[in-house]
This record gives sequence, structure tokens and C-alpha cells, in this order.
Amino acid sequence: MAISKFPIEAGHIVLFARAVGDDNPIYHDADYAKTTEPGATVAPPTFTMASAQFDPDYPLRPKNGQTWFGSGKEPTGLQRKEGSGGGGGGGGLHAEQHFEYHRHINPGDVLTATVKPGKTWEKEGRRSGKLVFSETVTEYRDQKGELVITARGVGVRTERPVDQN
Amino acid sequence: MALSARNLKVGDTYQEQIVENLTRTRLVQYAGASGDYNPVHTDEIFTTKVAGYPSVFAHGMLTMGMTGKMLTNYVGDGRLTKYGVRFTRQVWPGDTLTATAQVETIREEGGVHFVDLIVSTVNQDGAEVVSGYASARVDP
Repeated sequence: MAISKFPIEAGHIVLFARAVGDDNPIYHDADYAKTTEPGATVAPPTFTMASAQFDPDYPLRPKNGQTWFGSGKEPTGLQRKEGSGGGGGGGGLHAEQHFEYHRHINPGDVLTATVKPGKTWEKEGRRSGKLVFSETVTEYRDQKGELVITARGVGVRTERPVDQN
Repeated sequence: MALSARNLKVGDTYQEQIVENLTRTRLVQYAGASGDYNPVHTDEIFTTKVAGYPSVFAHGMLTMGMTGKMLTNYVGDGRLTKYGVRFTRQVWPGDTLTATAQVETIREEGGVHFVDLIVSTVNQDGAEVVSGYASARVDP
């Protein structure tokens, strides 16, 4: 998986900051942002997750001409593909996420992302049976080819939905 | 306002309530902004009838993002150098979350000062939902 063009856009940062409940004006007021230490709007720390919007193959987005596994009036009964991440029913959950910031990104940057698989390991869980962990490392580079953010994610597939007791 | 190494000491803590009574609409907002449309976060029928959970639940990354707001409010804009978490428990609609950063180390590398923080977010029952760390550049 790779993302060839992830444009960092001011409006997208506004929507993302609202979604995480962050009213800091650096995210929505460019004039204010000029007066801050970074001197411009920066993206919130977890913003690169939104690169999913620019990944043509991202599995957790409905696409024209393909049946979506979420419900309409009733569940579709469609099975998710292996490795589509997230969710229950013996599916995957997000276990860990790590970011290293080499530079904070601004509107106008255009990033690329390359994703490399990392380690996989297993563990017996108390609340969800056998757990299979797998790691991916995503490197985000800017328009000059410089590494700006390294993201390491760990997903876990559970044998059954996590017991809530 | 940036932090200053000379005013920090190990054990200092900073805390914020990052959400009160988390709504399903917030999960929809996060899905739309992030592009993660996994129905377990927004589709109650799928989540209860197919996935086998009692209701939709928050994206782990929404909780990490909200916890990140506490961090940037504490360390200042553009100051984080590292931020990582483990998701230790699911977050549900109706949850009220409080995030805390605790100073673990204050260090200097090549003339630049950094603070290392222990990060923890708990729900209204005091159960930890996110356990992590962060590092930030601070003033001398």
C-alpha cells in the first residue's frame, strides 16, 4: 500500500480538529496562526491518519460499484475481507499507534506515504481469545522528499468480540 | 506558551477533561474527517447484529486525537517530537474522558531541551482507555 499524493489542506485540518474537539485557533484561523511560534497553521498530532482519504485502496471506505459490508435497512450479510482492519465479530482492532515528528506539517505540503509491514506476534487474551498482532510502519515524506512523520501502527485480530465484563 | 525546562520537575502533572458524554455524532464527525468509515463506529445495526458489540464504539484514533489536544495545550503548538499510545479499553458513547500527562524526564540533547511525558486517559469509572508517552521540545 502506498499513497502517492496526500495534500495537506486547511479545510481538512478544520474538520479534523473539530472532530477531535480541539478549538485551538491555530487550526482554523490562519491570521492567528501567523502570530504563533510555528508561524502558520500546523496539523494536529494525529492528522496523518486522514491520509486514508487519499489511499485509493483503503478498505474502510464505501466505493461506487462495490457492495459495502455495513448495513442498509438490514445487515448486508457481506463478509469483510481479511486484513481490512478495525471492528469486532472476531475482526481486527487498533492496538497501538506511535508517531515521530521530524517536522510539523502545514497546509500546502503535499505528502507521499509508503507503508512497510513490520513484526507479527501472538498472545492469549483473557477477554477475546487468541490475539494476533501485526505492525505496519508508514513513512510520510514532503514535496522535497524529506521524511516528516514516521507512524507505526499495531493492529490486533481477536478470536471473538472483546468481552465487556 | 511553551514549557521551560527550568520550571519543570519530574512528577509534574497536567490534566484536562477531553470529552464529556461522548456522542454518536462525534463518531460520525471523526469518521468523516479521518476517512475511517468502519461501520463499528457509526452503524448500530451492523455493530450489534453482525460484529457482536453492545453498541457502536469510538475509533481508537479519536481517543488518541482528543488526548493529543491535551498534549498540545500543555506543551505548545508544533513542539511534540514523539507521541504513542496503546489502546487498553474501548470507548463508548456516553463516556466522559480525562487525559493526564506526567513529567517523567527532563533532558538536554545537543543543546536542545526535551521533556518526556507519561500519558494516560481514563473514563468516568477511572478505567484506563489509553496508555502512552510523548516527548516535546521545551525552552531552556
